[in-house]
Amino acid sequence: MPAISMKVNGQAVCGDVEGRTLLVEFIRDKLGLTGTHVGCDTSQCGACVVHVNGKAVKSCTALAIAHDGAEVTTIEGLAANGKLHPMQEAFREHHGLQCGFCTPGMIMAAVDMVNRLGKKLDEDTIRHELEGNICRCTGYHNIVAAVKAGAANM
Amino acid sequence: MENFTYHRPASAADAAAAMKGAKDGKYLSGGQTLIPALKQGLASPSDIIDLGGLKNSGVTVGATVVIKAGTTHAEVAADAGLRKAIPGLSALAGGIGDPHVRHRGTIGGSIANNDPAADYPAACLGLGATIHTSKRKIAAGDFFTGMFSTALEEGEIVTAVEFPIPKKCGYAKFPNPASLYAMVGVMAAQLADGSPRVAVTGAGAGVFRATAMEAALAKDFSAAALNGVAVAAKGLNSDLHASADYRAHLITVMAKRAVEKAK
Amino acid sequence: MDNGTGIGARVKRKEDQRFITGKGNYTDDINLPKQTYAYFVRSPHAHATIKKIDTSKASKMPGVVGIFTGDDVAADKIGGLICGWMIHSKDGSPMKAGPHPILAMGKVRYVGDHVAVVVAETKDLAKAAAAAVDVTYDVLPHVVDVAEAMGHKAQVHEVAPDNRVFNWSIGDQAATDAAFKSAAHITKIDLVNNRLIPNAMEPRAAIGAYDTGMDSYTLYTTSQNPHVARLVISAFHGLAPEHKLRVIAPDVGGGFGSKIFIYAEEVVCVWASKRIGGRPIKWTAERTESFLCDAHGRDHVTHAELATDAGGKITGFRVHTKAAMGAYLSTFASCVPTYLYATLLSGQYNIPNIYAEVDAIYTNTAPVDAYRGAGRPEATYVVERIVETAARELKMDPAEFRRKNFVTQFPHQTPVIMCYDAGDYGAALDKALAIADYKGFGGRKAEAAKRGKLRGIGFSAYIEACGIAPSAAIGSLGAGVGLWESAEVRVNPVGTVEILTGSHSHGQGHETTFAQLVSDRLGIDINNVSIVHGDTDKVQFGMGTYGSRSGAVGMTAISKALDKIEAKAKRVAAAVMEASVNDVEFKNGTFTVKGTDKKMAFGEVALSAYVAHKFNSAEIEPGLKESAFHDPSNFVFPAGVHIAEIEIDPDTGVTDVVNYTAVDDFGNIINPMIVEGQVHGGIVQGIGQALTEGCVYDKASGQLLTGSYMDYQMPRAADVPSFKLDFTCTPCPSNPLGMKGCGEAGAIASPAAVMNAVTDAMGLKDVAMPASPQVVWKALQPMKKAAE
Repeated sequence: MPAISMKVNGQAVCGDVEGRTLLVEFIRDKLGLTGTHVGCDTSQCGACVVHVNGKAVKSCTALAIAHDGAEVTTIEGLAANGKLHPMQEAFREHHGLQCGFCTPGMIMAAVDMVNRLGKKLDEDTIRHELEGNICRCTGYHNIVAAVKAGAANM
Repeated sequence: MENFTYHRPASAADAAAAMKGAKDGKYLSGGQTLIPALKQGLASPSDIIDLGGLKNSGVTVGATVVIKAGTTHAEVAADAGLRKAIPGLSALAGGIGDPHVRHRGTIGGSIANNDPAADYPAACLGLGATIHTSKRKIAAGDFFTGMFSTALEEGEIVTAVEFPIPKKCGYAKFPNPASLYAMVGVMAAQLADGSPRVAVTGAGAGVFRATAMEAALAKDFSAAALNGVAVAAKGLNSDLHASADYRAHLITVMAKRAVEKAK
Repeated sequence: MDNGTGIGARVKRKEDQRFITGKGNYTDDINLPKQTYAYFVRSPHAHATIKKIDTSKASKMPGVVGIFTGDDVAADKIGGLICGWMIHSKDGSPMKAGPHPILAMGKVRYVGDHVAVVVAETKDLAKAAAAAVDVTYDVLPHVVDVAEAMGHKAQVHEVAPDNRVFNWSIGDQAATDAAFKSAAHITKIDLVNNRLIPNAMEPRAAIGAYDTGMDSYTLYTTSQNPHVARLVISAFHGLAPEHKLRVIAPDVGGGFGSKIFIYAEEVVCVWASKRIGGRPIKWTAERTESFLCDAHGRDHVTHAELATDAGGKITGFRVHTKAAMGAYLSTFASCVPTYLYATLLSGQYNIPNIYAEVDAIYTNTAPVDAYRGAGRPEATYVVERIVETAARELKMDPAEFRRKNFVTQFPHQTPVIMCYDAGDYGAALDKALAIADYKGFGGRKAEAAKRGKLRGIGFSAYIEACGIAPSAAIGSLGAGVGLWESAEVRVNPVGTVEILTGSHSHGQGHETTFAQLVSDRLGIDINNVSIVHGDTDKVQFGMGTYGSRSGAVGMTAISKALDKIEAKAKRVAAAVMEASVNDVEFKNGTFTVKGTDKKMAFGEVALSAYVAHKFNSAEIEPGLKESAFHDPSNFVFPAGVHIAEIEIDPDTGVTDVVNYTAVDDFGNIINPMIVEGQVHGGIVQGIGQALTEGCVYDKASGQLLTGSYMDYQMPRAADVPSFKLDFTCTPCPSNPLGMKGCGEAGAIASPAAVMNAVTDAMGLKDVAMPASPQVVWKALQPMKKAAE
């Protein structure tokens, strides 16, 4: 089995993987970072979104072995020095989560959205940009509010 | 999914060699279609040859637009030069999949796969693009040969796509409401020489030109010119989400919207 | 107390910290030492006899630890899955429940039916070996459509030759028929309530572990009711006595009903662990398996007729429904289209005569059971669609037609069992009309027409019965269990509090709302309260969370236990302060003695109770811990008015929900922020049913065509608008907190509101759900042709 190394949440990690090992499997099973979730098998739900080299990707649709040397940020790496990221804070403040399962992917997608489009986001833009993330609990109402507020505070 | 041997060659030549040495090899670009297919067991290659190591990405705007094969949809959509030169193409790239998919999916991977519901084939055919490969240059009209099939020979790799700059073009997509893939996508263009092109994806077994619409637009490049002009339903895809009739209807609606959007 | 965290405050959720930082603990996040992985061999056929299962090749594959089939299940005498609610047909005969083994025995009855399990060292190895299990089938005729299944040549179970599980009725048929005979007008409608797939975002998962040293089992599972799971696995599957089986439901990523039920996979994992010498077995559903095998919802075909008199008063209502059960009776399947459905057919209306008949029917599909709302969305859909249709036929304003027929006196006994205890339906209607600017609709419709859009408005004045349920009452109706709830309040010596509740939170925010109640009652900081749930070894027997019951039933149990805590603490405080217990008062966390300046903080009393130095422990037991079981005396009846406004693009058939107003009466509310979230989510699930979601089986092959997110349209953020919410309040008289339930209301109300708006826009009596772009476009074509 080939060994790979990468920087995950700022820490150097390494591990043996098979060719078929998905990035999400590496993150969850090898690194024990179980905040990144798997909600589907057709690359649609977005529960597995992480940032690779600063960009949001679906870690269920990426081979771990192709990420040798990559910098990965997962939901566990978003809070810095014990202080929540403004987007995390906004999800709590605006009740943007219920069961919490889609939440890590939602928050990572939201942070990426702000990174690409800036801090001033209107409702239509936010709703459209969330097309790669599915939530079954919230009806999106409060997620949209959370993203808007979180973006402004980033 | 079944296991495979993973290769990450640094050059097209190494990639071709790896493919040659594989029992049943597959090239991997962004993986946004291939990896789901592997997960569902729809493909079980012996070897995966990852073209990511070729570092073959970038958009060059000159007399034509050349987009290297490994350029992601997000990079294409974000390219300022392209947005000026062919805004319709830029918008098309910005509407593929979702933001996360656009960070990974590439133009080369998309057209080599030639999913009948992919967006890029409509751009290639509608704008009269030329596909550059590791061996030759192929006109878009000759490249897409049917559902999931192309003129690519074994081991041949798409290296770039070259788009002539049209007078104007627009792309309108009616997504499959569940998957968000194109159920009907229409690229309508007025090429540099003034001739119109209408390319349709999602509706048939592969991308095709709507010649009756092109004839109508030749006289008058306007949405109104397409009133009453339709593609026959016969032979179009029919599934849970859209019958052939409905698709045929949507082609006209989307074609008109594409013309209205064209700039 | 008013510290901003008491009853009625918008307290931010305590559980969020772990979820927003990725530290939630869902079943698939748990890994046990020496764990193995299960993969299920599933039926590719809708209906077939199993001729042979050949595991010889698979068992030699790398990493395989064990392969088990129905023969192994039979050898170990593991019982089948049960349906816990007995329904009797009109003729008195009991429902016809076919066998439902945890691994198929001789027959498969739907695509995805569990045939065998492969246990291996990794999931990939298990999956590869499962593909090598060679099953020979003899394919049988199948039927997937409930409208065609009764008497079909495909016979799903021998016990039900015509595929009918029961033919049940409610109400007075003769009186209702008489009302129709004298009616001035009769409105008729045929409706299909489309089959849905629940799709909680966390796929189901289980880890079963047998401890060889203790001869006991542990099951981690994605359950809304771990105690019920333990009871059923113990008593009916016969795996182990309850004290030898621990069921843990840790963080659960959404349920919506689908995680109430006891499924084959979890029973197999815990059973087979002993078969492989006690190594834990983990199974996590792939989403494809969730589509195939989670219990589905709805799937009714209904004919309804409404009789009105010359003045527009409803005089009679009769309904006939065919309800799909799927291939097996799931845990609570039989009560959904009966007591959770037809008992709500009176809606918010004073209808003197109602008669309903329900045929429950087997089909070769995944089992159908409770899904958010469970029976009540189906009832609301029938009532609110036919009421809207009647108003149109009578040329009456739909709002005023409703108002004319509203129940206004309480308590109100309907002809279909339920006794509504409190409500003010007119108040909700008034508020909703104002918020939705009903008067301005005509102008908006005209403006939309200028843009080429068809605009419509639709109402849904829903009522539901939840807070389930009074045990004796449901027992008389066939329930196999009581639906009380339990609570234990443990006060620690330092005055912090642990609440052990039989309710289970899988998104509802119990860790916050339950703590609000305790903080409010005991006057202690909300951070000094923790909520413990979801583990049968920690928590006393409880019934779990479904049917919008955790507030009205679960919190009432806590409240009762808190009453006992207060009483005991007063005795301790009295002893310590050398006062009569009758003179001790408790307010804002402080015990005082009337007429003196003596006082003790709650924490001091707690410590005194445990130190036990200052009272006679022959009279007062040391410690401060109390428990309560609360059995409700009635259902609770949330009700409200939802108004949907939609626009259709006739060129494409796309429907946009442009405005949505919800005014709900949930009685007293503990945390409005959380309640609003529940309503939002419910509305979108209902909009999903109305516009995007529909489970489709191919009639010819019996295959599930909507087997992934590629074909089953989950509502996404861009498919729905933001919502306008408000509340009215008539406190519930049957519980001390005055609470009703809020978890299902949105999903109950919204399909009818949206479809009334769609049909209003199109000028049609009915359009099928989901009103997808294709469906709407097709429905518009004859009208276009007629106009040309």
